[in-house]
Amino acid sequence: MTLARKKIFWAYIFLAIPIVFFAYIRVYPALFAFQMSLHDYNPLAAEQPFVGLENYEKVFIELGKTKSITKSAFGNTISYVALGVPIQLCLALLISLMLNEIRFMSTLYRILFFLPFVTSTIAIAWVFRMLYQPRFGLFNVILQMLSLPQQPFLRSPQQALPSVLALVIWQGMGFAVIIFLAGLKQIPRTYYEAAEVDGASRWHTFRYITFPLLNPSIVYLLVLQTISFLRMFAPVVAMTEQGSGGPLNSTTTVVLRVYREAFQSFNMGYASSLTVVLFAMILGVTIIQLSITSRRIN
Amino acid sequence: MRKLLAILAVAVIALSLGSVALAQDDMVEIEYWQYNFGARVGAMDMLIEQFEAENPGIDVIHNSDIPYANFRDELAASAPAGVGPDVVTLFYGWIPAFVDAGYLVPLPEDSFSEEFILETFSPMVANAKFEGSYWAIPTAVRSLALFWNKDLFAAAGLDPDSPPATLDEFVEAAIATTVYDGDESDVYNITTQGHAPALASQDHHWFREVLIRQFGGAPYSDDGRTVTYNSEEGCAAFSWLASFETEHVTGSNDILDGATNAFVNGESALHVDGSFRVGTIRNNNPDLNYGVTELPVGPNGEQHTFGSYWTHGITRRANDDPARLEAAIKFLQFITTPEAGTLWVNNVGELPAQLAAASDEAILADPILGPFSAGLAYSHATFFVDESAQRQVLIDAFDNIRLGGMDPCDALDEAAAAEQELIDNFWADRE
Repeated sequence: MTLARKKIFWAYIFLAIPIVFFAYIRVYPALFAFQMSLHDYNPLAAEQPFVGLENYEKVFIELGKTKSITKSAFGNTISYVALGVPIQLCLALLISLMLNEIRFMSTLYRILFFLPFVTSTIAIAWVFRMLYQPRFGLFNVILQMLSLPQQPFLRSPQQALPSVLALVIWQGMGFAVIIFLAGLKQIPRTYYEAAEVDGASRWHTFRYITFPLLNPSIVYLLVLQTISFLRMFAPVVAMTEQGSGGPLNSTTTVVLRVYREAFQSFNMGYASSLTVVLFAMILGVTIIQLSITSRRIN
Repeated sequence: MRKLLAILAVAVIALSLGSVALAQDDMVEIEYWQYNFGARVGAMDMLIEQFEAENPGIDVIHNSDIPYANFRDELAASAPAGVGPDVVTLFYGWIPAFVDAGYLVPLPEDSFSEEFILETFSPMVANAKFEGSYWAIPTAVRSLALFWNKDLFAAAGLDPDSPPATLDEFVEAAIATTVYDGDESDVYNITTQGHAPALASQDHHWFREVLIRQFGGAPYSDDGRTVTYNSEEGCAAFSWLASFETEHVTGSNDILDGATNAFVNGESALHVDGSFRVGTIRNNNPDLNYGVTELPVGPNGEQHTFGSYWTHGITRRANDDPARLEAAIKFLQFITTPEAGTLWVNNVGELPAQLAAASDEAILADPILGPFSAGLAYSHATFFVDESAQRQVLIDAFDNIRLGGMDPCDALDEAAAAEQELIDNFWADRE
């Protein structure tokens, strides 16, 4: 073996370690979930009988009922995505356009927007839980100062989901802002200068230059944030009474349902079938998003 | 010379390792798991120390690092990996699910015979026979009683030393002790609570096993397989409990950091809880001026309480190895004696499970432990198939009333249907 080949050989050897680790820790369990979903899998039991598609049947029976926790979980998860992703990306785009304009203290502002993203979700969720408190929570104190009625926030089946969502949007926004800022830097100045010469309005400049050229960043964020909202778990656990996804299942998510079925009711087979359904949803949404949104780049 | 020293060193190490291995051959090592609860961990450490002194051939490894919220997760994760406890402490309401999974083995007849259990243990333990066997046996048992804050009673002009003895007096006292800051129809304006119904804590037990019976109904059929609480009597009991939030506006679990914390912090006058809360108060607010009394008598003049316990079972893992099984049985016998119960009550505050120790004069005369001990005579333990899911059903029914404005009878009907489905699913899998 020549020295160069030897180097390559050893590079592969070292790279193999994380690959093996990844395969064993991430890929193998993911595939194992498919297998578990076909069994009446109780982790405490000695035997796990094969039940075919029975668990999937149960998922669809639950979804067909007028009221079931599984149905609430899927409904809420869709709400989180449908509300969370557009609001978060619009706000992030607006903020990054403004940050792109300013020069004075621009770094400080960027840090302020990015800071929540690098802070522990659980810590932030608990702080928000305090802020939402009746009587003593900051938000209700402000409402009282303005002589407005107190709001139950997390304690109301109607307001709980938006209250959790507000935190998640705010926390994840810093990441979207950074990606958008990087995208904006990529757009050549000369395009704007040409538009200015042609007398284009600010809206036209945004509509026909900034927005289309930001498309790669938008596609990237759309896919990534959709997946992250679909997998929502920690903020709901931290912000609801005993991590139940309440009140009245109004904040529960598919992942929380998976967790509770698997580890509290020991129905790991059913929980696995829910993860497979969620996986199919994520895969489907991603493929659709990529095929629709990336077309415009070309 | 150096080489010789090295060889010598290796030989010495090898020899000492060998002797350790030899010593270990005589030792039987068993693992005992319970969730982390300070006082229980300390008490069990003492029992293990005594046990090991009496049984030099047995080494008990005490795993008590797992917090309550993760305890079942960790058991579920340990079992497929082939590790885990030989003797495990579980909430009694979890036993059917663990038996259903084949995780526990029946207690051996010759060490824990039916006559022995019936004669020496509290009735709620004796009633725990499931599928023809006993699967677990406790050191201690608990019952619910009424906690009241003497200072808040005095502040409201009530006699601080006469707690409510009936449900009517309970309502009157709750209304009298509630203090508002502003409009009295809004729970958010309450600064001191009379009583806050909290189904997520102990109140779902109070409703299930106490209030329904006191209103003349029954929570379940005698075999425990049919939900019967969605009756006229059940609805009356549930409405009574809900009225504290919806009608009398004396408190809510949503304010003042939850009903339990509110009582511990001296912001709530009346609270139904178990003897285990005595330790919480001692640790977090030792100056709280409170008393404990038996639960109030119902409209039909009857006394009832809910009894529950953490109980020890032997796992499938221990059963696989005769030596470990023998050690596990010895250990189980040791930690369930009247003496162990006495040690437990002195350190944890839970009452001994063996009648001989529980009816001790000193316990009955104790102003705090006495009411709990008296309750053991009329306590009921619910047969749960999935304790957390069954609890959630009643929490949701209660939320439907207070947050969704649902009629209590409709909410209870919905809960009964949901709980019946849980029970039916459990039995369907077993038959």
